[in-house]
Amino acid sequence: MASRQPMPLQDPEERRKNFNEVALGYTEEQAVAEATRCIQCKDPKCVQGCPVNIDIPAFIACIAERDFDEAIRIIKLTNALPAVCGRVCPQEVQCEQYCVLAKKGQPIAIGRLERFAADHESISDIAAPHKVKPTGKNVAVVGSGPAGLTAAADLAKAGHSVTIFESLHEPGGVLTYGIPEFRLPKAIVRQEVDYIKNLGVDIKVDHVIGKIKTLDELRTEFDAVFLGTGAGLPNFMDIEGENLNGVYSANEFLTRVNLMKAFRFPDYDTPIRRGKNVIVVGGGNVAMDAARCALRLGADEVSIVYRRSEDELPARREEVENAKEEGIIFRLLTNPVRILGDDKMNVKGVECIRMELGEPDASGRRRPVPLKGSEHEIEADIVIIAIGTSPNPIIFSGTDGLKSTSKGTIVVDGSGMSSLAGVYAGGDVVTGAATVISAMGAGKLAARTINDRLGGQ
Amino acid sequence: MVHQVHLMKVFAPDVARAAKPGQFVMIRIDEQGERIPLTIADHDVGEGSVTIIFQEMGKTTKQLATLNAQDELQDFVGPLGTPSEIDKLGTVVMVGGGVGVAPAYPQVKAYKAAGNKVITIIGARSENLLILEEEMRAVSDELLVCTDDGTKGHHGFVTDVLQKLLQGGEHVDRVVAIGPPIMMRAVAGVTKTFGIQTIVSLNPIMIDGTGMCGGCRVSVDGKTKFACVDGPEFDAHKVDFNLLMSRLAFYRDEEGTSIKKHECTCGGEQ
Repeated sequence: MASRQPMPLQDPEERRKNFNEVALGYTEEQAVAEATRCIQCKDPKCVQGCPVNIDIPAFIACIAERDFDEAIRIIKLTNALPAVCGRVCPQEVQCEQYCVLAKKGQPIAIGRLERFAADHESISDIAAPHKVKPTGKNVAVVGSGPAGLTAAADLAKAGHSVTIFESLHEPGGVLTYGIPEFRLPKAIVRQEVDYIKNLGVDIKVDHVIGKIKTLDELRTEFDAVFLGTGAGLPNFMDIEGENLNGVYSANEFLTRVNLMKAFRFPDYDTPIRRGKNVIVVGGGNVAMDAARCALRLGADEVSIVYRRSEDELPARREEVENAKEEGIIFRLLTNPVRILGDDKMNVKGVECIRMELGEPDASGRRRPVPLKGSEHEIEADIVIIAIGTSPNPIIFSGTDGLKSTSKGTIVVDGSGMSSLAGVYAGGDVVTGAATVISAMGAGKLAARTINDRLGGQ
Repeated sequence: MVHQVHLMKVFAPDVARAAKPGQFVMIRIDEQGERIPLTIADHDVGEGSVTIIFQEMGKTTKQLATLNAQDELQDFVGPLGTPSEIDKLGTVVMVGGGVGVAPAYPQVKAYKAAGNKVITIIGARSENLLILEEEMRAVSDELLVCTDDGTKGHHGFVTDVLQKLLQGGEHVDRVVAIGPPIMMRAVAGVTKTFGIQTIVSLNPIMIDGTGMCGGCRVSVDGKTKFACVDGPEFDAHKVDFNLLMSRLAFYRDEEGTSIKKHECTCGGEQ
């Protein structure tokens, strides 16, 4: 059997200097060749690995037959954001993990094919989806990230009148402010958002629910409310020197770059400090994104500082490889102890300690233990803290009775229903920071529950 | 209003309806613009308007000053931040310095409405920079004015006037100070010796104003707080003003670049 088609990539030496997309996408020939490898299982296992239940074998068969329009139509039956998912989903632990060909290490590149189909649509601009008969019911969706957009799309398709409230000035949530241009071009996000607007969804930006309106007010104005407010609050380490000038949360750093386009300063007004020696603390996708942005802003040296070993890095393998190719240094089994500043309160370095792995902890990963006496200093003028985020509590202000956990996540039942009548939630605000696709799955589930209750199509 | 200080009424009915004293808005002028926080100076639910008063400092405020009536802002987000806690306390002294007099105004009205005696101290570098004097006089029980150069009222700083007031034996239950960080720090120094509870409104650099970026973090009582959601008002005696001032100055070079570029495209300073 033919082997898996590799993804064409921008050369590392080139791409570390620009913000253009790294993965260039399959050509038609590559896509057809890859799709032809699919053996079209009678009982396809891949679908069970997809949180939004795409009919994977069906769309792949269409690509193999060069019917690209039909391929994207099938995907869009259940997935409103295919161009996003095809780029940022961790397919290796989802659909592709279940592919029978995965046993031989060569699963069908489902994600890349999904991206191909989605990009084909954006080039050929397939007709807008047909409008359905209105149910006369209205639903408010708070947050326009992956969970909110997915819920909104499904609810609109069912005939409900949907209004999304977004706190920032651009829709997309983490897709817009968090994931960098070189991994998810903002033009792609805008296209996906436009598709959802075409379904009849009204998006109100600059609306911070909890401030301009309370959740209780939304409950009186709408028949149902879906909360997809994400996990937008940055966590800090609570170590000495964390408030020094030059210490950014990954959220701030990425928001400046992605949402505010600080990489184009002074054509765009928002500045960002371009460091020479940048340290990024953390090992997830966000840490990789921040490190690779810092490199593209012109840093001489960018290091990831992570307290566990390579095996435990939570980031996608592919992103770690991309980062390494670009020259990001990985200082593993290393943890910051304090951040050092000069007399002007600017960062000048980070004192770190070496770690070793001990017994497994509650997460099942081996717990990092500091090695006494291994303290050492690493020079840095910018430090980016990328150790995770928590849900933003603003949604709770002015409203009682919305049950939450000690971690600030909203409590929902198995159908996405919260403790408040008519209020549903899903995505990172329920699970804590997770993936785009799991948030989409949760948006879908809640939309189904809402639709059942409101009696849509 | 006065040299390089401008008043702007923004039609934003939903923001006006929800606004409370002490809160702020984030504005962005155009697609390339940055988001800046401005404290709400007044709001009118009937008219659907929110008033902001700003001083030309950086590129964005300079550009804002070039707008005309009927022009539109790209973004106007609010009301943000925790509203002031306005209680009936007895006597409240409101200290406003420079453009900080503007956000002090709705607080004076609110403290007055809550049944307090309000003594207002306003100050500016010079008479021609003094704002809202008549408005403040109308809503305060007593108004004390000072200028750094002595062109109006007491010759000196607001802290001199405050010190004199407190030394004179006036019983004061709370002092609220809004103005440049250096002024707020000085006020905190004065009131600390008298043991009077003091509130300041901080205005650090922020992007979203909703707790998302953490850029606005300040140290209060040794703990990190986000000014946008935990504040903007804090106990003045617990704020680390040195940290605040150093963080405010972080982008000074970039700010210079931006202003220069703006002035070139505007054909120089007016």
